[in-house]
Amino acid sequence: MAVVVILVLLALGSVLFHVLSPWWWTPIASNWNYIDNTIIITFWITGFAFVAVVLFMAYCVLRFRHRPGATADYEPENRRLESWLATGTTLGVAAMLTPGLFVWHQFITVPEGATEVEVVGQQWLWSFRLSGADGKLGTTEARDVTPENTLGLNRNDAAGLDDLIIEGGELHLPVGKPVKILLRSVDVLHDFYVPEFRAKMDMVPGMVTYFWLTPTRTGTFEILCAELCGTGHPQMRGTVVVDTEEDYRTWLSEQQTFSQLSASASSGASKATAVAAATAQ
Amino acid sequence: MTIATVFLAAVAAVIVWWLAHQQLLSKPWLEVGHAYDRRREPMPPAKIGLAVFLAVVGSLFSLAISAYFMRMASSDWGQLPLPGLLWINTGILALGSVALHAAKLESQRRHDEATRTILLAALATGLAFLTGQVLAWRALTAAGYFLAGNPANSFFYMLTGMHGLHIVGGLFALGRLTARAWSVPLDRRMRLSIELCAIYWHFMLLVWLVLFGLFSGWAGNVVDFCRQLLT
Amino acid sequence: MVDVRSGIGEALPPPEVEDVELYHPHSWWTRYVFSQDAKVIAIQYGTTATAIGMVALALSWLIRLQLGFPGTFELIDADAYYQFITMHGMIMVIYLLTALFLGGFGNYLIPLMVGARDMVFPYANMLSYWIYLLAVLVLVASFFAPGGPTGAGWTLYPPQAVLSGTPGGKDWGIILMLSSLIIFIIGFTMGGLNYVVTVLQGRARGMTLMRMPLTVWGIFTATVMALLAFPALFVACVMMLFDRLLGTSFFMPAIIEMGEQLQYGGGSPILFQHLFWFFGHPEVYIVALPAFGIVSDLISTHARKNIFGYRMMVWAIVIIGGLSFIVWAHHMYVSGMNPYFGFFFATTTLIIAVPTAIKVYNWVLTLWRGNIHLTLPMLFALAFIVTFVNGGLTGLFLGNVVVDVPLSDTMFVVAHFHMVMGVAPIMVIFGAIYHWYPKITGRMLNEVLGHIHFWVTFIGAYAIFFPMHYVGLVGVPRRYYELGETTFVPESVHDLNAFITVAALIVGAAQIVFLFNLAWSLRHGREAGGNPWRATTLEWQTPETPPPHGNWGKELPVVYRWAYDYSVPGAPEDFIPQNHPTPGRLSHEGAS
Repeated sequence: MAVVVILVLLALGSVLFHVLSPWWWTPIASNWNYIDNTIIITFWITGFAFVAVVLFMAYCVLRFRHRPGATADYEPENRRLESWLATGTTLGVAAMLTPGLFVWHQFITVPEGATEVEVVGQQWLWSFRLSGADGKLGTTEARDVTPENTLGLNRNDAAGLDDLIIEGGELHLPVGKPVKILLRSVDVLHDFYVPEFRAKMDMVPGMVTYFWLTPTRTGTFEILCAELCGTGHPQMRGTVVVDTEEDYRTWLSEQQTFSQLSASASSGASKATAVAAATAQ
Repeated sequence: MTIATVFLAAVAAVIVWWLAHQQLLSKPWLEVGHAYDRRREPMPPAKIGLAVFLAVVGSLFSLAISAYFMRMASSDWGQLPLPGLLWINTGILALGSVALHAAKLESQRRHDEATRTILLAALATGLAFLTGQVLAWRALTAAGYFLAGNPANSFFYMLTGMHGLHIVGGLFALGRLTARAWSVPLDRRMRLSIELCAIYWHFMLLVWLVLFGLFSGWAGNVVDFCRQLLT
Repeated sequence: MVDVRSGIGEALPPPEVEDVELYHPHSWWTRYVFSQDAKVIAIQYGTTATAIGMVALALSWLIRLQLGFPGTFELIDADAYYQFITMHGMIMVIYLLTALFLGGFGNYLIPLMVGARDMVFPYANMLSYWIYLLAVLVLVASFFAPGGPTGAGWTLYPPQAVLSGTPGGKDWGIILMLSSLIIFIIGFTMGGLNYVVTVLQGRARGMTLMRMPLTVWGIFTATVMALLAFPALFVACVMMLFDRLLGTSFFMPAIIEMGEQLQYGGGSPILFQHLFWFFGHPEVYIVALPAFGIVSDLISTHARKNIFGYRMMVWAIVIIGGLSFIVWAHHMYVSGMNPYFGFFFATTTLIIAVPTAIKVYNWVLTLWRGNIHLTLPMLFALAFIVTFVNGGLTGLFLGNVVVDVPLSDTMFVVAHFHMVMGVAPIMVIFGAIYHWYPKITGRMLNEVLGHIHFWVTFIGAYAIFFPMHYVGLVGVPRRYYELGETTFVPESVHDLNAFITVAALIVGAAQIVFLFNLAWSLRHGREAGGNPWRATTLEWQTPETPPPHGNWGKELPVVYRWAYDYSVPGAPEDFIPQNHPTPGRLSHEGAS
């Protein structure tokens, strides 16, 4: 009998925990509320299935537990029941998969005119690169990485000279504008993860990965690394600030270009190398 | 992973074909009595065991070949020139395969003396093949094609090495068998062992031919051709 | 429909199953140590797996202590923490679960359940265990090697796995880990050939495939899958060893390590992930399918009712096994692979849910109108269904590509896979041990200790992993040594983490009760007799208990019926053993 009580308590307790617990996702700050909606649909369907199965089991144990003289039925199969259950399950699965695939299609289709922003991961630091006046990001090459050029920009590519480089600082994004985030790593796997954006993607050395989003509210959010990248993995934090258009322009004008940074680096003490040296220790 | 998936699909087809003969649609609760067991003349377990093992080996090589094609797509790939010696090695391996096939036939005809001689010859071809492979490696390193120099080189050494180790394992079994064959008269079990060795050798020859085709670039052309057919 | 159907098909001659010539031990050493008897090998596998499993359990305590009370224990620094999670994961998945289900239960049950005297290749079977032991020892050696074991996470992703930023990356840790896996796979292949060929060739007369207990079906299918999937891990390990030791660039792109250019170039880390998960996903089912099979038999026996929809159960096992080879990339939705693969892999992944759900329905429908004896094996079977359904349903979140994006690499994933391939299969292992211990030793396990063990383990494990999903939902990433200061995680999550840790410590301690019970009952347990559960399958019909070498005495059993003749109407008892030759019986067919 204890089993029946425990099974019922477990099913109901799980539902109560879900409803009453203060632990829920952090308020969203991007256009991916579609993802949240798909999760909620999935919660409804799976929650129903879980409670139904456990309560049915509890009922069976209560009703058909061994009593002296009782015998079990002999019922090898029941094709009609089995096909009903299989059909119901298939419908439930389809109800979760279909919206999921539609949202995925949106997720991987970057809208025309999205601004490209590059995020570069290295152990254990985030850097960012925005296109300069020409609106284009220059090419990069891991072989070109030096203490003065930690992002490995190609010096012979004119498109890269005016790129804005932010090492270890904050990334700012304008609110309401779609951004395509290009992800790159110069050492190991990392994963660009901002909980409020919902989206995340691995950064793989040797290739460029991407995802896109439209920030929907201003604020300061934390960047975490979500792919185990060595001992310093949990310390690999950064900040992304979603600004109004006006604030964003101001911030943009304060950033240094690649050629400015190179010039100051060759003159000696550069903030960038100091940061790089600090992380190398 | 296409190659590995295709290989596994072939294995799956064999499994499905076999399952189709096992009355999976019958209702076992309605059938009482031992007469429902329709197994006929059973195959020797060792033969089935070898077949399953070869499926495992096939899976190993097809996965490695999948990796080969995926890595090949990268820009730093530089095909290495194959030493002509490999043609001779291929011939020697094929000769070993033929020899073992002959040994199997001779043993079934109860020609014990001939079987023994041919087994020795097969053993010799196996050793010659391995020596030839080592010489090919040396020729390549002498020409500056080192293991870590280029991914094509790495795959060449790794795949030939893996194949070579399988031949070494085969030679170990074949050596024991030959030694026993020379000391006692051939019986049913030993004839079975000879047959198993022959099957193993044919399979290893097949694997080698695939690898050889891969290194010489033909396999790549075939794959490209298949892609064109599909698109 | 009531029909008398015996005697149909008598026209065909009964097939002869050749009796085999047995290996005979000559001394104590060859009887108990270098034994070729599958039952001894099973116990050796079981003991070794349990021993190394206890190490992994202790590691999980240390992991939880750090997560529940960060900064309290100086012993656990970041390096140690990553080494603990890596070893915990690898040991539990490969060296405990795979080895115990296939090497342990497979070896003990396959020959007995199909009516064979032993495995078909006993010598290879013995080698399989000793090679497995070697693999375990190499793994353990890495704890004592300079630099300690690898801390790359159990997925061992390159390039970090072989670089200095990861513990053991430039020391012995990763080398020993990869070597141990290679050795394990070689050993497993030898055992696996045995399990497969014994099922194919060693079945007793009358034992058709559709009369095999689902336990055998589960272990058989899982072994076939393991034989085909482990080569992927083998290739990946060999290639990574080459990269680490010989400087090749299979997986290694051009990399800057701590400001320094390395010699590598052009390799693809994603290639490793494909190979790893091509093995890794079938691996989930390699653990799950034997559990599915065993739990079906436990439920049927202890509910005194035939398993509902036996044929569907068999087909589902085979279909799940096949499908599991084409879903691997659902572990890689956010890995940077071609995003269009997401459509295919999300679809195949969610399709697997259908046969899996059918299995769940059939388990609970077996309880319906049963005669449920709430024995310990039955309790564990019920606990399995609860935890498996819970963990399986959260799999629908993670398999659905777009839902996976926010949840991947969070504690939600950790909670999901622990529930579905940690807790659930281990519930089955416990149930199976309570069920078959009487056959293995001739004595029953103590009931009181068993109930303490069950309740603490079941409720405790649920209390660990159910709330953990919500830690992940909040957004806490997995594999974080410490969360530190964050803006999006409420303070209360730390209390929840502390609660989970306390639950984990209690559940771990309950396993000591279990081990004590195993040892104590060996001498003091109640005498079991040959068939204490009144079960139908062949292993309970051996002439002696525990079964001696050769299992069956003078004559091999002959099988006359399927494995689930419980509560047959008109039968004198509520079970008819598979080797019971009563010629006629009334049989019902379900409404169809």
